[in-house]
Amino acid sequence: MNRTTRLYYVSRRWWKAGRLFLVIAGPGIVVMIADNDAGGITTYAATGAKYQYYLIWFLIILGPVAYYVQEMTVRLGAVTKRGHAEAIFDGFGPFWGWFSLIDLLILDWLTLVTEFIGMTTALAIFGVPGWLTVLGVCLLMGFMVLNGRYWTWEKLAMAFCAVNLIYIPGAFLVNPSVSDILRQGLIPNFPGGFTGELFFFLMANIGTTIAPWMLFFQQSSVVDKGLKEIDIPWGKTDTLIGAFFTVLVAVFIIIVTGTVLNGRDVTDAAQASRMLMETHHWAGVFMAIGLFDAGLLGAICISLASSWAFGEVFGWAHSLNNKIREAPWFYFAYFFALITSGLVVLIPGAPLVLITLFVQVVAVTLLPAALVFLILLLNDKDTMGDRVNTFSENVINGSIVAVIIVLSTAYGLSTLFPSLFGQSGAP
Amino acid sequence: MNIFHAIGGVLADQIEAVRAVNRRFAKPRLTMSPAAQRSLLGLRIYLLVLVGLLAYKFVTVVTQ
Repeated sequence: MNRTTRLYYVSRRWWKAGRLFLVIAGPGIVVMIADNDAGGITTYAATGAKYQYYLIWFLIILGPVAYYVQEMTVRLGAVTKRGHAEAIFDGFGPFWGWFSLIDLLILDWLTLVTEFIGMTTALAIFGVPGWLTVLGVCLLMGFMVLNGRYWTWEKLAMAFCAVNLIYIPGAFLVNPSVSDILRQGLIPNFPGGFTGELFFFLMANIGTTIAPWMLFFQQSSVVDKGLKEIDIPWGKTDTLIGAFFTVLVAVFIIIVTGTVLNGRDVTDAAQASRMLMETHHWAGVFMAIGLFDAGLLGAICISLASSWAFGEVFGWAHSLNNKIREAPWFYFAYFFALITSGLVVLIPGAPLVLITLFVQVVAVTLLPAALVFLILLLNDKDTMGDRVNTFSENVINGSIVAVIIVLSTAYGLSTLFPSLFGQSGAP
Repeated sequence: MNIFHAIGGVLADQIEAVRAVNRRFAKPRLTMSPAAQRSLLGLRIYLLVLVGLLAYKFVTVVTQ
């Protein structure tokens, strides 16, 4: 075989692999980029403003952490063909099942409210009234699911994921110093020493990187998409690429606010957008568009995570490939969560700050449980067969889960007792 | 009267649906190894402590 022929066959093999990946890719990229939701954008913006580029290294570490946790849901979903909620019921019985399901519903609904807060405040910058944002989002999300095909929904969601990359050109608009970014950001350090406030910021960044809804969403998404065991390597690649982009977006947000808003207190991303617009109009505009998109992506995934979980447990038809008449309860759960959470944001004087704080508290009641169940299910030889966790996977995943549990619990407790770590001006 | 009857019927259906779920998943399928049992015990203790802290916070907020 001469060189030209060999090159032809190699390129054809890569082309086929690329096409296959494009068919299978989706759940991992969507969940990871949606992880940078409205709350996440606020956390990254505040981190950049407070510590400039000094915590970029920490976010880079969080990429593999998110990958290792989410990768387990790909294997579990592909092998068992069950969503996480159903897997918990099946593996641990009704007590832990109901605990997880009810906790998930409460948490998802509260998080949906925070996504609507992000979206309405982002579009308010452009003069769009809150009611119009809520109405538009509900219609858009209705259109996305009611076409009756998972494939269409996923590709639309991936288009919104692409919009999330708007922070990258935004960073170039503010002319950051590349040498400063490399010098300050890539060497692990604790700016100003390991203070309570810094600890709070680290915890907040972990809290936004791993959220309970992500486990439930990706596993259900893998099942709805129909991934098989043979597709697991592609599903892992999909998750890895998603993890890369979620870190990339987070780093570029930090670069934007670290460059322009260094030393100023940022309490939410919409405020950061306005502050950016004072000196760098388009960077502020991009930040606001990105915030809206982040809230939308979060809302898209979170509302589905709940309705999938409900459908799995109650045995309703629960696929995006079903028409509304075929899966009425699935779509009812989806729209009920969406519309009620949107309406809460429109109520004058609604306790939105309290809701935002409460999300973190509820999250620490569900996240440890969901992670422990995940590890135990992945170690069940009868269920997982050859895909059971290996010793090294158990060491890596077990360590990650232990650290996440400790830090997310500390984060939740610091929300309950603000003086616990002596933080101030935290996101 | 008919409305109450209808609401009662819907509630009864929902309770039956919950019972059906409980029957379907009555027996946990996971093999309960000592490690799994310890993990679940740890989780219960963790949640009890957390609920205790939440209750404490609620009481302190209400009585302030």
